[in-house]
Amino acid sequence: MSKRKADDSHMPIGESISQAQTLLRERLCHQRLPTRPEGVASQHKHLLELLKRTAVHGESNSVLIVGPRGSGKTMLLRCVLAELLTEADVQKTLLQVHLNGLLQTDDRIALKEITRQLSLENVVGDKVFGSFAENLAFLLEALKKGDRSSSRPVLFILDEFDLFAHHKNQTLLYNLLDVSQSAQTPVAVVGLTCRLDVLELLEKRVKSRFSHRQIHLLSSLTFSQYLQVVRAQLQLPDATFPDSKFCHDWNASVKALCEDKSVEEVLQRQFNSTKDFRSLHRLLMVSLCRVSASNPTIKPADLVDASRLFSADSKTNILHGLSILELCLIIAMKHLNDIYDREPFNLQMVYNEFKKFLQRKSHSMYNFDQPVVMKAFEHLQQLEVIRPVDVAATRAQREYQLVRLMLDHTQIMEALQKYPQCPTDIKQWADSAFA
Amino acid sequence: MVRYCTRNRIRRIYKWGHAPISYDRKLKTNEYNSLHISLEDLPRTTVITPGQYILIEGVDDDNPYVAKVMKLFESDKQKKALVQWFVRVCEVPPNKMKLLGRDPHPQEVFYYEGRTCDDEIDVESILSTVQVKYISPEALFPEGDQKEVLYVKLSWNTKAFSVVKPELMETIAAPSLAAPSLASPPRHSIPALPPSPPCSPPVMATPRARAPSRRALPTPDPTVMNRAIAVGGGSRRTMSTGKMMASEAESMHSASKLSASKGLSAKRRSSITRTPGVCKKLELSSPGKSAMDGDDMLCQLLDKELDEEVLLVQRSATSLTRLASQPFGFTPIRKAQRSSSSWDSVNLKPAMVNLKRFSLEMDSPPSSTQHDSAKLTEASSRELCGVTSLEEEVFDIGLPLTPKRRQATPRRNCATRGQKVATPSNRAEKMTKEPSLGVLAEAENEDSPMVPAAPTPRSSRRKSAKLVSSRIRKQLNLLNDQRDLYSDGDDEEEFLPSKKDLQSSSSEEEEGRLDSDEEIFGKKSKWGAAGSRTPRSAQKDRSSARTPRKTPVRKAMPTTPRTPRHATPSIPSRSLPARQPGSVLEEARARLHVSSVPESLPCREQEFQDIYNFVEGKVMDGTGGCMYISGVPGTGKTATVHEVIRSLQQASDTDDIPSFNFIEINGMKMTDPHQAYVQILQKLTGQKATADHAAALLEKRFSNPGPKKESTVLLVDELDLLWTRKQNVMYNLFDWPTRRHGRLVVLTIANTMDLPERIMINRVASRLGLTRMSFQPYSFKQLQQIIMSRLNKVKAFEEDALQLVSRKVAALSGDARRCLDICRRATEICEHSASNPSAPGLVGMSHVMQALDEMFSSAYITAIRCASIQEQLFLRAVLAEFRRLGLEEATFQQVLVQHQALCRVEGLQPVSVSEGLAVCQRLGACRLLLLEPSRLGILQRVRLNVSQDDVLYALKAD
Repeated sequence: MSKRKADDSHMPIGESISQAQTLLRERLCHQRLPTRPEGVASQHKHLLELLKRTAVHGESNSVLIVGPRGSGKTMLLRCVLAELLTEADVQKTLLQVHLNGLLQTDDRIALKEITRQLSLENVVGDKVFGSFAENLAFLLEALKKGDRSSSRPVLFILDEFDLFAHHKNQTLLYNLLDVSQSAQTPVAVVGLTCRLDVLELLEKRVKSRFSHRQIHLLSSLTFSQYLQVVRAQLQLPDATFPDSKFCHDWNASVKALCEDKSVEEVLQRQFNSTKDFRSLHRLLMVSLCRVSASNPTIKPADLVDASRLFSADSKTNILHGLSILELCLIIAMKHLNDIYDREPFNLQMVYNEFKKFLQRKSHSMYNFDQPVVMKAFEHLQQLEVIRPVDVAATRAQREYQLVRLMLDHTQIMEALQKYPQCPTDIKQWADSAFA
Repeated sequence: MVRYCTRNRIRRIYKWGHAPISYDRKLKTNEYNSLHISLEDLPRTTVITPGQYILIEGVDDDNPYVAKVMKLFESDKQKKALVQWFVRVCEVPPNKMKLLGRDPHPQEVFYYEGRTCDDEIDVESILSTVQVKYISPEALFPEGDQKEVLYVKLSWNTKAFSVVKPELMETIAAPSLAAPSLASPPRHSIPALPPSPPCSPPVMATPRARAPSRRALPTPDPTVMNRAIAVGGGSRRTMSTGKMMASEAESMHSASKLSASKGLSAKRRSSITRTPGVCKKLELSSPGKSAMDGDDMLCQLLDKELDEEVLLVQRSATSLTRLASQPFGFTPIRKAQRSSSSWDSVNLKPAMVNLKRFSLEMDSPPSSTQHDSAKLTEASSRELCGVTSLEEEVFDIGLPLTPKRRQATPRRNCATRGQKVATPSNRAEKMTKEPSLGVLAEAENEDSPMVPAAPTPRSSRRKSAKLVSSRIRKQLNLLNDQRDLYSDGDDEEEFLPSKKDLQSSSSEEEEGRLDSDEEIFGKKSKWGAAGSRTPRSAQKDRSSARTPRKTPVRKAMPTTPRTPRHATPSIPSRSLPARQPGSVLEEARARLHVSSVPESLPCREQEFQDIYNFVEGKVMDGTGGCMYISGVPGTGKTATVHEVIRSLQQASDTDDIPSFNFIEINGMKMTDPHQAYVQILQKLTGQKATADHAAALLEKRFSNPGPKKESTVLLVDELDLLWTRKQNVMYNLFDWPTRRHGRLVVLTIANTMDLPERIMINRVASRLGLTRMSFQPYSFKQLQQIIMSRLNKVKAFEEDALQLVSRKVAALSGDARRCLDICRRATEICEHSASNPSAPGLVGMSHVMQALDEMFSSAYITAIRCASIQEQLFLRAVLAEFRRLGLEEATFQQVLVQHQALCRVEGLQPVSVSEGLAVCQRLGACRLLLLEPSRLGILQRVRLNVSQDDVLYALKAD
């Protein structure tokens, strides 16, 4: 420690690490925008041009940004907006309205939110008064009064655009898109959605009013590019990071990490599963959190652990906490599924199957009364390991209520493997119904 | 103050006052001269006579229509009235209200000059009488609590406000302007006895007041009666009964309501217009004749008139003994006076001047004490009282200068009436319902001369009356020029201040009016202050017109408008104006934007013509009708209708067709079908109401024989969204046009051609009728033409490129919007792909192709290609499972087995269940797969949202 202190270009290792973690966490938690979004240059340009025309020329537009979850739709939009707002006059003129389909679940709320964000004259404080109809009429009147050259352009950002299409009559969408197609206040309607079939959701007259511009964010990344991205995400900036030596060390360790076989394997698996960056970020985040003064770099083992953590099956984990009786019932159900080809079954059938096993074994170690079995059965139902076939038909006696098993055989076998002190005969029974 | 009773509260009984005065053979109508409206269970009756201002039941109970009765007649057993409408502020369309350029006064009405409105009403819709005052345009509205008085300043011809034209003004202001000039002849014959009863009656402002007041009158002296009969008899007999009735009614009316002179003038005018004989005689007194002759003739005529009146009064006395007592009592005296009267007006002149001075004194205090509101009210009341009680002041100068209102009225009665001292108080006690009583006593008194302005309401009558009066005036001027010398001087001196006041702000017309006013005054004094009444009436008008002008501070004080302040819906405006398109491509893009309104709509000429003819026909005929327009989106339905309306509005601006209201509602722009009523009502009248109330008001509006009915053209866009379970909204929309007085043209727009058959119940579909029009999707040639016409010689596209776009769009949908959007996108692509950004060149095939690809190609295949390996494997597993099952559906569990098998084949580590589920959910989120809710876990069923071939194609090419 004293040695490091002597060198004033070096900070204490702990501080360097915390700085590096802060920086990387901001990056991984999407708090800081990347300077340039990777791989979406053309989309970026298209959107920027489009919004610029609205802001500067007062041209109304509508556009949809479509891409799978985690493909960077919001990131792209935020990048474009950040770039757009660097221009002073745009910053002064552009009005923004941000809506989210998950928050504004119907048009009434959405209208109030629009009015509030535009702070029109019927907003008092933070509240919007008036009925739904009044609000709609008011907003439409306001938008109608404007014209291309003199009104401030309004940017409507509709996150989870597809959910707005489920609103009654699609009133909001119709009106916004209608404004964008008529000589009123210039508006840009930007929808963000992950649904590829979003246009089919729109009613024909709403659809006709939409300009049909779609910006698709579909990454065609290869694995080597993916590895590059991982490296870029983890690397510290040489120029700006205060402790250059730490930075250099860190970057070298990241390079080494990415070349490690086990890490590559983990990343390949991740890449095979999904190309989205959000899950990658989560993976890296967990590994990053393991970095400490005693462990100043990300080790391959950290990443492997993180990967295991993420790929762990929650249903299997639940099974680890079950009693032997419950486990036995599940095994009985598995055999029933095998016999009856996944037809639903009831408690009596399961109990009979269990009793067959007991008879074969001819020892009374697991000899439980029916009420106890019933209790175990209900517990399984509470854990949603089993699920009644028809919720409505609960009038049947509980013993005869048909249920289905919500577990795959592989899950059951895996759970039995890991179950602490699992009796051998039960394992054998699980393997074969006639064991 | 008592509100006028609306009909739903009290039943009214309408009766003609007398037998018909004339019968029109052509029209088969009987004309009457008065209408009695009595309230059930109440002894009091209201008498409506031509010339009075009335309130007519309308759609809004709080704001009944205002009009002036022109004529009362019976046609087909129906009691009708011909009226001149006045428009309330709330009846002017709100968007036109801006033209006024100021906040309207809540009690302001506008003289209605529109041509489209039906001026024939059913008398049963008359509610009551009202007072309407004319105010010169630059004058301010008088303040005070005269809630029942309405003010006219401007006229409204459905397009613009204008100053009420001088002749119209004269009609309105008739009692003050026309009356004195005509009434002057009799004046000189009665001047010696000013307190004679006939000159005092203005206390009785409304006819309603008459009956009870008469009761208090003394019984006429039989000898006088006899004399009157004797004198009147000779000239009487030549008259038709109809005319007699008319004049009789008039005389009753005037005797109660007017000063005698005014009554005479009114009667004179009516007789001038109605009886050819009298007209002829008056023409004899044209300037061509010798002055002396004319004058003689005039005197003769006047005598005759009076005789006639006397006789009539007598007649009415026999039938309506109780009612007619007043005129009966006094006219003989007048007659007697006249017979003995001579030109002794000079003697009375000082009194006149005195009077005028007094009025000025009365006017001055308010101007100096404007700031004190308490004083103001006092002053105004004083002013009003002063003016109305000038009559009495002439004879009783000893009165205090600032008589309190309450005191003034009775005192005046004391002074002027002599024998009728008890009358006003009696009346006040009896007529508790009389709105003009009590608080409004002075307003009533002031207004009363205006109300009877109507004996010559129609322009023809008015003109003839004017003509005659001007001739008479000329002759009299000739006769009495030596008197003019000093009397005119007096006048000028007296009225100098007022003139100054006026000139500061008055318009030309206004000055003209005042000049005539002055002329009248001059003449009045010429006539030697003959009747002290005439100048008074003129002055009344003047002072009432001047009063507000003299107190500008009152208006300047921040008054809270009665209409609640609404938040104005608007988007803030930008500091810098939007940049204009610079390059050719930008220009083209701006022109191609759907929002840019083209000069004309190409390719819809036929449809345009059909709709135009339909609407024009209905507007011209003043009838109603429905039209249903269908067509897929983007085929120009709404645009065509708007174009039609634009053309029609231009036509109505040039007066080729009657003006009409255009209202547009859109099913998509409302939250609930019933909001349609609210929106229609608001756009029609500016009122806000709940849906139910609005429906009731509209129902009333469209079914009642409404006044000022302009045709209304209603565009209902997205009709299908107005569907309700009972379909009452649609029913009403289509039913109103069928009403006789509806004058509603409904144009409905929807997408499906068979909407009436599909969603409408029979009674709705039947009312919609069979006037239908279908907009076909555009063909590629039409689309090309549309783009060309929009580009309008801006050379931005290659010919082939345009054709490609239009062919492609025509093949897919024929939606013009789509076509324009693609072209717009193509210009962008062209701009971006250009090697030299400054000279991008024309939009070529490649750009258009790229734009088409972007807009039409589905992203599914790209999405599958870009999916991760596990996702692709899962899709494969789904296909494999489908093939195995022979079904298009499988549970996740089944697919997972396939998936794991495929993983082994591909040499990958088999996925766990949770990984598999995550993959499945991701595909489901993109809607490549259709999934059941995820809580079903491995049991959820999986379907493909893309065709299997597409999936195979996408995966194979990989």
